[in-house]
Amino acid sequence: MSDNEVNPARRNFLLKVTGVVGAGGVAGLAVPFVGSWNPSAKALAAGAPVKIDISKLSVGEILGPIPAWRDKPIFIVKRSEQMLEKLNAKNERLADPSSERVQQPTYAKNETRSIRPDVLVLVGLCTHLSCSPKFRPAIAPQEFDPEWVGGFYCPCHGSKFDLAGRVYAGVPAPSNLEVPPHFYESDEVVVIGIDEEVV
Amino acid sequence: MSAIQESFRNVMSWIDDRLPVTEAYEKHLAKYYAPKNLNLWYYFGIFAFVILANQLLTGIWLTMSYVPTGDGAFASIEYIMRDVEYGWMLRYMHSTGASAFFVVVYLHMFRGLMYGSYQNPRELIWILGMLVYVALMAEGFFGYILPWGNMSFWGGQVIVSLVGAIPIIGDSLAVWVRGDFNMSGVTLSRFFALHVVLVPLLLLVLVVLHVLALHEIGSNNPDGVDIKAKTDDQGKPLDGIPFHPYLTVGKLPQIIIFLFLFAAVIFFYPDGGGYLIEHPNYEPANPLKTPELIAPVWYYTPFYSMLRAATYPLFGMDAKFWGMVTMFGAIVVPFILPWLDKSPVKSIRYKGLGSKLFLAFFVIAFCILGYLGTVHPTPVKTLMAQACTAIYFSYFLLMPWYTSVEKTKPVPERVPH
Repeated sequence: MSDNEVNPARRNFLLKVTGVVGAGGVAGLAVPFVGSWNPSAKALAAGAPVKIDISKLSVGEILGPIPAWRDKPIFIVKRSEQMLEKLNAKNERLADPSSERVQQPTYAKNETRSIRPDVLVLVGLCTHLSCSPKFRPAIAPQEFDPEWVGGFYCPCHGSKFDLAGRVYAGVPAPSNLEVPPHFYESDEVVVIGIDEEVV
Repeated sequence: MSAIQESFRNVMSWIDDRLPVTEAYEKHLAKYYAPKNLNLWYYFGIFAFVILANQLLTGIWLTMSYVPTGDGAFASIEYIMRDVEYGWMLRYMHSTGASAFFVVVYLHMFRGLMYGSYQNPRELIWILGMLVYVALMAEGFFGYILPWGNMSFWGGQVIVSLVGAIPIIGDSLAVWVRGDFNMSGVTLSRFFALHVVLVPLLLLVLVVLHVLALHEIGSNNPDGVDIKAKTDDQGKPLDGIPFHPYLTVGKLPQIIIFLFLFAAVIFFYPDGGGYLIEHPNYEPANPLKTPELIAPVWYYTPFYSMLRAATYPLFGMDAKFWGMVTMFGAIVVPFILPWLDKSPVKSIRYKGLGSKLFLAFFVIAFCILGYLGTVHPTPVKTLMAQACTAIYFSYFLLMPWYTSVEKTKPVPERVPH
């Protein structure tokens, strides 16, 4: 057999093996490039849990939006008796009144979506495209809803949420506002960003 | 022959032996034959080149004073506007250039639709052009974030959140894109890198490929006549004229008129009444305060309207997901246009009534969508956006039907006088 003869099977095999090894190399090389886009150690540290003093929050008012946890606006609302009474009066207007979709820790999957019935803790970003909804506490007709019983209204695309952060049916937002993991260190201090059992 | 000419010829021949400069000059300029019946609609490709040069030049100069960090970006824009000599002018040239780029590109694309410039054998020219358009949209989006005004922040927030609408992996993908749990300086810095390095490189490569593909086939014309079919005894098309100097020097007056208009906007109307530079962007980014109305810059608003037009959950997926599908679908569908058009003729001049009506409705629907994207949605406006979205898609998806049933006129063999 002369040295000049081509062996197609052997050439084919070598091409495939080189291709596979090369693709493996490219995939390996991609790791640092893709990985560098993940949140840095600094961003992760800035996302650590935070403590918020709610002693000065009066009934019917909102603390926030405050740049608390992970730089997201946090809403803390102290609901009045009247607000709580109206809360579950018209659940048929809501898309997910019993909070079936996992938008809250299990300890907030209840009628008020909170640990303490009066205090509501939410991430203030609309579940549609992350605008920050406005707090509209008045139990009175609004230009966007004649039967308004208080809640949050997103100015960007018109999504509406009640005073437990539950989304109305027929608006662009698909799900309830997120309740972040949180617990009460004392009556006056709420810790946001971590569950009590983890601590 | 003078001594100077002689030595020039020697230098050129020395270079040509090593690099085909003369050959390229002849292929792409002096002996590239363009149809002699090109009209006004054919200027926009050249205008796009002028704008591209403007963007590259002013962009390089702007990076010399711009600071791509969350803390420094907004202040550096103020610094450019107030303290850097001619900084305001370079910035306005760049921001007006962005809008002008889209004006000429939209008109250039409309020309393609009107005269069937995407049809066989120009499919690849069309696809490369669409890729240029998509790269341009990405470039515009990243650039829009850089001033780090409040509209930059929230516009970016909305668009990055679109990634979050992808089922299952969406949320973690959005965190990966931002490099943070919320939009932050980290996001800004990486978008800066994409805006000034990656996308411009991509854009240049795509533009070169677009032109090379065009020069391989040759330009279409308002009559859709193949000028290469009739040539003289030297192989030159009878209805063609050399690109240089007829369409380079010959088009100078039009380029100058275009630049007059461009300069008028830069000097007298730089923020375009809030359409070119949006008013909320005169405040620094504030992650706690959403502007009253989030509207993208005008060149994205048709697609933004389509995003908002999806309001019903379907097949177990929520409306947000369908909004994203509709919007990206609207950008993807034009790619397959060359295979949707079944007409035996290229130009609208010889196509039937169906093509004319569909094109007219398509343009009107696109403009209405553009308007709707700049205002607050109301139930009536959402309904209008849904109707216009349907028209937008039916122009493309019904094309195989209406182009094959309509009666066309005969195309002349040569360009009519």
